[in-house]
Amino acid sequence: MIDTISFRRNLPVGAVGHRALGWWGMWMLIATEAALFAYLLFSYFYLLSQSQNIGLPATPPSLRLALPNTFILIGSSLILWWGERGMRRGRMMRQLAALGLALALGVIFMAVQGEEWRNKTFSITEHAYGSLYFTVTGFHMLHVLGGALMLAALFVWTALGHFNAERNAPITIGALYWHFVDAVWLTIFGSFYLYPYLL
Amino acid sequence: MKDTYDNRTPALSPADDPANAARLRQLWETPPGLRGQLATVDHKIIGIRYLVTAFLFLVLGGLEALMMRLQLAHADQHLLSPAQYNQMFSMHGITMIFLYALPVLSGFSNYLWPLLLGSRDMAFPRLNAFSYWIYLFSGIFIYTSFLAGGGPDSGWFNYVPYTALNYNPGQGIDFYALGMILFGISTTAGSINFIVTVFRTRAPGMSLNRLPILIWGTLTASLGNLLAVPAVSLAFFMLWMDRRIGTRFFDEGGGGDPLLWQHLFWMFGHPWVYAIVLPAMGIVSDGLPTFCRRPLVGYTPVALSTVATMFIGFGVWVHHMFATGLPALSMSFFSAASFIIVIPSAVAVFAWIATIWLGRPVFKVPFLFFASFVLLFVIGGVSGFMTAAVPLDWQLTDTYFIVAHLHYVLLGINVFPVIGGVYFWFPKMTGRLLDERLGRWNFWTLFIGFNLAFFPMHISGLLGMPRRVYTYPAGYGWDTLNFITTLGAFLFAAGVLLFVFNVALSLRRGEIAGPNPWYASTLEWAVSSPPPPYNFAVIPTVASRHPLWETHLPEEGSGRSILDQGAPLAEARETFGVTALDGEPDVILRMPTDSWTPLVMALLLTALGYGALLRNWALCGWVSVGVVGCLLVWLWPPAAPAKTLKYRTMDVRYD
Repeated sequence: MIDTISFRRNLPVGAVGHRALGWWGMWMLIATEAALFAYLLFSYFYLLSQSQNIGLPATPPSLRLALPNTFILIGSSLILWWGERGMRRGRMMRQLAALGLALALGVIFMAVQGEEWRNKTFSITEHAYGSLYFTVTGFHMLHVLGGALMLAALFVWTALGHFNAERNAPITIGALYWHFVDAVWLTIFGSFYLYPYLL
Repeated sequence: MKDTYDNRTPALSPADDPANAARLRQLWETPPGLRGQLATVDHKIIGIRYLVTAFLFLVLGGLEALMMRLQLAHADQHLLSPAQYNQMFSMHGITMIFLYALPVLSGFSNYLWPLLLGSRDMAFPRLNAFSYWIYLFSGIFIYTSFLAGGGPDSGWFNYVPYTALNYNPGQGIDFYALGMILFGISTTAGSINFIVTVFRTRAPGMSLNRLPILIWGTLTASLGNLLAVPAVSLAFFMLWMDRRIGTRFFDEGGGGDPLLWQHLFWMFGHPWVYAIVLPAMGIVSDGLPTFCRRPLVGYTPVALSTVATMFIGFGVWVHHMFATGLPALSMSFFSAASFIIVIPSAVAVFAWIATIWLGRPVFKVPFLFFASFVLLFVIGGVSGFMTAAVPLDWQLTDTYFIVAHLHYVLLGINVFPVIGGVYFWFPKMTGRLLDERLGRWNFWTLFIGFNLAFFPMHISGLLGMPRRVYTYPAGYGWDTLNFITTLGAFLFAAGVLLFVFNVALSLRRGEIAGPNPWYASTLEWAVSSPPPPYNFAVIPTVASRHPLWETHLPEEGSGRSILDQGAPLAEARETFGVTALDGEPDVILRMPTDSWTPLVMALLLTALGYGALLRNWALCGWVSVGVVGCLLVWLWPPAAPAKTLKYRTMDVRYD
């Protein structure tokens, strides 16, 4: 424990990096959203184990669209990380390009996922599996949409010159959320697309 | 906007510098008038709003309870129809457990936290305003069900299939389901705010082991809520989808399972029970020692047992489901966990008793409430311990014994500390003390009324009287007990009236309190009553758990807190950001000004709730666009100036 505390030294003013309150707030949002997806997946596994016939299709779902789509999402995270590294060295154009690219990949992901939904032979009301599949992937889709809007806003703000190598907390915070949305997809992909192959 | 982003060494100033105070007042004061009030982000104003709103809901829930007690005063009465009675007990539970019990504690915490922590506001002042508005609107939302054909009628736990569309075709359940999602947003926003506040915006030197227990309580409750609330929001969303979209989550015929509802509900429900008592236990842990004239015995064990209670609290939810036919192994595990959770609670009880025992109690009204809380907690705890045993639970579940247990717990651990807390902090909030003589009458009426109402329920439960029945036949031996319960309920209601009367009277004629009428030890008592809008003229430097008792407590260490001089941080709305554990300043935070966005955001989300209720998807779509626009305005960053590289040379590492 520190007995004497001194604040008589040079302190940054305002939102800076990981000292920004928003950075902490975003981690809290991620914690509660992670819990939400944990409960969604709990519902899926609970019904799989407890219910007589939840309507799981006889053959495991096709990976033809879902697997490439997963890589698209991972790629968008990597690009964002690359942009942030550049930004810390003052390369704001690279950051701008990374935000634009990540946003484009996010939009492609949503379009492909929409196609995936159209290809399904069951509906949300048909059986519990259908309800779960569309609700869980729907929740994720909403989060991708939210993340994409966030990236779009950050793109505009970066273009307007709101950020620089030192003052860029909103970008770091937004990127954190985007990485989280991608991580969530991996758990959904594992549960709904890969797990049935083990059954 | 010169110097918006920069770095600087904070200036030092004496606390009583009038120029400084004037500048701070100009920066922080909410402008008068309705517009100022609607846009304010002052945590003290928001805290009092939370308290008043929660009390209004307490009165509403109390009126519903009185109607039920009139109905049950004698056998075979028909004041209420069975359908009306179902709505009464459902809305009574919803109102008390959701709309009163947590918000009232959030009210205390909102008002007190920045004062206890030695800072100027919560970490996210606008989010704070938003969480209040959406709480208020969610309560109104649920209550508007009465205007649209009837309220929810399946209990606060809302079990499927009672609530499935084919058994419950009205809209009451939809109001409840969507209203709870709005309420969950409020709780989550509030929890995030509390957690970040405690880790980031404290006074220099306020290390984690110097936090008042109230802060440990609310912090623990907030962490619990953060992880538990999504379960119930999701469950209610799924239920609404089952009812109005046609999904099959809880529909056995479609491969769903009604028990999934119970799991999700109680995974949330039991941590929630701790969320609505731990901050109240914190109120006692901080208030009681003030009236025992000594620090709390066992600060560290009490803080740790607070956290441990919540941790174990996530592993006991199945004890609400012992009668649903689960495997014996599962029941054994959850029964054992429910026994173990008694241990941290007992640690706290012994700490309170030891504090009274080793102190020199001053029998003021708050002391009466806090001390009686210990007794009621023990009674409620013992009846809870009894029902943790599976065989006994099978005998007692769904009887009035459980009703007695949960009311001893919820009124004993929530309402008594809350009213005691109002007696304790009313002088801080208003500058005037509540009347002591009226307060004693108030306490004894509540205490006797409460025990008269709820103790006999143990017996009527043991005699087999089931919960949630709208009437009962004579001759089962329940008649006298029920009549006594009804008398007690009305006596308790009289006590609440006395309390309201005391508040109304003392607001105008109460004795002037001064900064520290109870000679208490924590930082909120260092400032004037009521505190100025900026809380502290200079940010204090904290060196112990009891900054105002340091000269009397040699065993508390040699450190001396500094309250009479410090950093005024008066260049804009500013406060210190500190390191999470030690409380060492690492940034000067810019705090947001008053804003309309929180209110607009809450209105938009409420409109989204009504849109979903009416299944008006066009409305939902347009409102969603509004939500995005509102968020953009809310989060729009200030422009960064060209030169911000100076602080690269400073002595702390910038990462």
